[in-house]
This record gives sequence, structure tokens and C-alpha cells, in this order.
Amino acid sequence: MSISPADTVWILVSSALVMLMTPGVALFYGGMVRRKNLLSTMMMSFACLGLVGLLWVLYGYSISFGSDHAGIIGGLNFIGLNNVGQEPSPVYATTVPHLAFMIFQAMFAIITVALITGAVVERIKFISLLVFSALWMTLVYSPVAHWVWGGGWLARLGVLDFAGGSVVHINAGVSALAMVLLLGRRRGFPGDAMEPNNIPLVVLGASLLWFGWFGFNAGSALTAGGLAASAFVTTNTAAAAAAFTWMVISWLYRRPTILGTVTGAVAGLATITPAAGFVTPLAAIPIGVAAAVVCYYVMLVIKTKLGFDDSLDVFAVHGVGGILGMLSVGVFASLAVNSAGANSLLTGSGAQLLKQLIGVASVGAYAFGATWILGKLVDVTIGLRVGQTEETVGLDLSQHGERAYGGLLR
Amino acid sequence: MKKVEAIIREERLDAVKKALEEKSYFGMTVSEVSGRGKQKGIPLQWRVGEYRVDLLPKLKIELVVLDEDVSTAIDAIVSNARTGETGDGKIFVLPVETVVRVRTGDRNENAI
Repeated sequence: MSISPADTVWILVSSALVMLMTPGVALFYGGMVRRKNLLSTMMMSFACLGLVGLLWVLYGYSISFGSDHAGIIGGLNFIGLNNVGQEPSPVYATTVPHLAFMIFQAMFAIITVALITGAVVERIKFISLLVFSALWMTLVYSPVAHWVWGGGWLARLGVLDFAGGSVVHINAGVSALAMVLLLGRRRGFPGDAMEPNNIPLVVLGASLLWFGWFGFNAGSALTAGGLAASAFVTTNTAAAAAAFTWMVISWLYRRPTILGTVTGAVAGLATITPAAGFVTPLAAIPIGVAAAVVCYYVMLVIKTKLGFDDSLDVFAVHGVGGILGMLSVGVFASLAVNSAGANSLLTGSGAQLLKQLIGVASVGAYAFGATWILGKLVDVTIGLRVGQTEETVGLDLSQHGERAYGGLLR
Repeated sequence: MKKVEAIIREERLDAVKKALEEKSYFGMTVSEVSGRGKQKGIPLQWRVGEYRVDLLPKLKIELVVLDEDVSTAIDAIVSNARTGETGDGKIFVLPVETVVRVRTGDRNENAI
């Protein structure tokens, strides 16, 4: 195949858009923690740009997208970007340079690791987070990316995941839950009012996420044509429906909060992700509404009934959103939207829904089990948690020797 | 000499300041404080559910006056800080041993 300049521009721009989502996550999460942990929370995301950005070009891309081994893992033929050059790959995104596809995928790996950090903020040791992140990208993210997008067993089975409902969101959300169980609650949770230090930062972060998500979803069309436009519109529509719905729910409860509204937007975006290029723009409305309603009540149950300290609700937003979105493909997908997709419950049969269920269950089970083992390994070797004093003074000082706001003299 | 410490609602500052100035008490120190009293707290919402914040933002005005001026100052503050609702604040009066004006080194009555 020859290179299409239009497709290449779109994939490179999309890669840059998705890159910006990781600082977006840093701001989104950073604003929600207490002041003493603002920098450490932002650092957890930003450090992924350094760590995962390196590991991906060294070997992550190869074991995710290299030649298939038993449907489980990619080979070493792309190690150190060997055989990944300016010519297109014969298999992936065949109209853009292979390097462009590789860097687009790098941004997904980076943000997926960053998403998990919301569950472990305010108490995890920074060095342990780095070690865990490297292990997790290697042994959880890469295999799952291979299963779904690299020609692995779930791809062969026909499981559809347009832009990462399983690879990114279920993967991150379920792994977050496993880490919460290993790490335990923050001191003072529940009971102490852990007030967000800066909600405007949260709004800024959510805005960057929404903006970047156009690259995430519409970029996943891998061409600059009609499918990209369709995914762009479903993405925006689901985000709008979910933001508005969450706002209404919080209003029915007491008052319409902006923290709730932006959370709804992110839940809607996570939920539409696997379906973005398979469903019609109007189908994005029920998907967005369902995202807000289900994520809201799951969050309520986890926080108040079960007492799990998934600090920034990674499971409730990304895990639940990813599951809902994967299933919504089996309900709303249509071959009229994407000939590489499938028909579904509303357009044909329930066969695709069954495949989606298998995708959800297998990625969820693997992510939970593997993360638990990796987290436990880090815990018994270098320890996951900071000491009591370090937690009390805050991770900004104890882990990074910095503070977010200057001293008395401004 | 006495120090008058008044905790008041933020929105009453301008009126209290003006009233004190009319009685020629110009100098004061104002700081943002948090506190609680009979007003209890206010509910705030998280992404889901709510939590209670029981320390509410108030302003603290501090001024030092001669003993015979204390009741005039208190009257000016009370009549302008009061809304009649809980949360209007409190006034404390404390004895002051020494006052020094930094620029001149003047002491006590000459320094107020």
C-alpha cells in the first residue's frame, strides 16, 4: 500500500491529541486530591509519559503488535522499532507510515497506565508505582492489546473494541480495583471530609480529556474519511448526554455540581470508546445516558456501601464505563456504519453481544488476577505504601520534596 | 488599652469598616479565618453523595482602642455586622500591655 498524506496527517494529529490526555488526567486527578498530594498525583500521570513512552519503543510495541504467538502475545520482530519505519505496515493502518501507527498506539499505553493511578493516590510509594507501572505495561497492557488489536485470540473470535473499551478502560478500571484491595484505604477514609483542593483544575483536566478523546476515538478509524467523522460525532454526543445526565442526577439529589458534570462527561467518553466507530450518532445518546446513570450508582455503592477507597473512582468510571461500552457494541452496532464491524441485537442478532461478553469477562478476569499478583509482588519486595508520617505530611513533600503552592511571601 | 477582636461575616466587612471609620477608628488588621459555632456547617457535594464542612469562612477584625472607646467600637461593629441569623460571629475584648509604633518608636496612647 502507498502512504496517504491525509491519513498520515490525521494519525499524527490524533497521536498528539491523545498525548495531551495524559497531562489532562494529571490535572483531572490532581484537582480532586487534598492540597498536600496535588503534585504527587500529577506526577503519577506525567511520569507515565517518561516511563511508558520509553518502554513502548524499546519492546512494548513489539510484544503488543509483533507477529502473533498462539494468539497470546506479539513477537520480538519489532523490538527497538526494528522493522518499524517510514513505510506502512502491511497489516496495521496500511495507508500511514508504520512509525505513525506505532506512536499513536504508544499514547494509548501511556494513558492507560496513568488512568490506574487515580485509585492509589495519596498513599502509594512513588518508586513502587514506577516498578508496578513497568510490570503492568509489560504483562497486562501489552498482552491484552495484542489479544484485541494485535491479531490475538479475542480479535480472531470477533470481539469488537473500536478505541479501547476493553484494552484501555476495563483493563485500567479492573486493575485499579485490584490495587485498591491490595493497598487499603487512605488514613481517615471514610469519615474525614477529603475535600478536592482545586475543582477548576478538575474541569480543565476533563476539558483536555474531552478534546483529546477526538484523537483517541476518531483517530482509531486510522483513516481520515467518513468513519473518523462518524466516530467524532458519536464521541461528542455520548459525552454531552452523559455530562447532562450526571448534572441532572446531582441536581435531583441537591444541586447541579460541576464536579459531577465533568465526571459524567468522562464516563460518557469512556463508555462510547469501544462503540465509537460501530454505532450511529443517535445510538450514542442512550449509551451516554446509561453511562451516567450506571456509573453514578456504582460509584455510590462502592464509596458508601462497600467502603472501598477507590480514591478517584477509576473502577466506577473506567471499569464500569468500559464494560457498558463493550456491551453496547453488541446492542447498537450496525454494518451500515462500519463494514468492518458487525450487526447486533437491534440490527440483527445477539451473537455479537455474546462475543462482547466474552471479551469483557476475559479482559476483566485477566486484568484483575494479573494485577493482583504484580501488586502483591511489589508489596512483599519494596512495599506499596508510604509510612504513616509520610502519608500524614503528604506525598508532595515526602515523595518529591516539593509543594504545590509557594510559602508566605508571594 | 484594649484589643477588640471581632469575628464577622465576610459580607459585612465593608459596612463595619465604614462605621468604625466614622467613629475615627481607622487602623485595623483583617484576616481570613475559619471557624464554627451555632451555625454548625454546610453540606457540600462530591461526585456522588455529600460531605459536611463545619468550619466556615469568616473574617477577623482586630483593633486596639483606649479603654473608654471600647463600647463605642463594639456598638459600631455589632450594629453593622448583625443580620439576626446564626453565624453573625463574636467579639472578644482583651487587655493590651504595650503598643509601639514601629516608624517612630512611640508608645501606648501615642501609638494607637
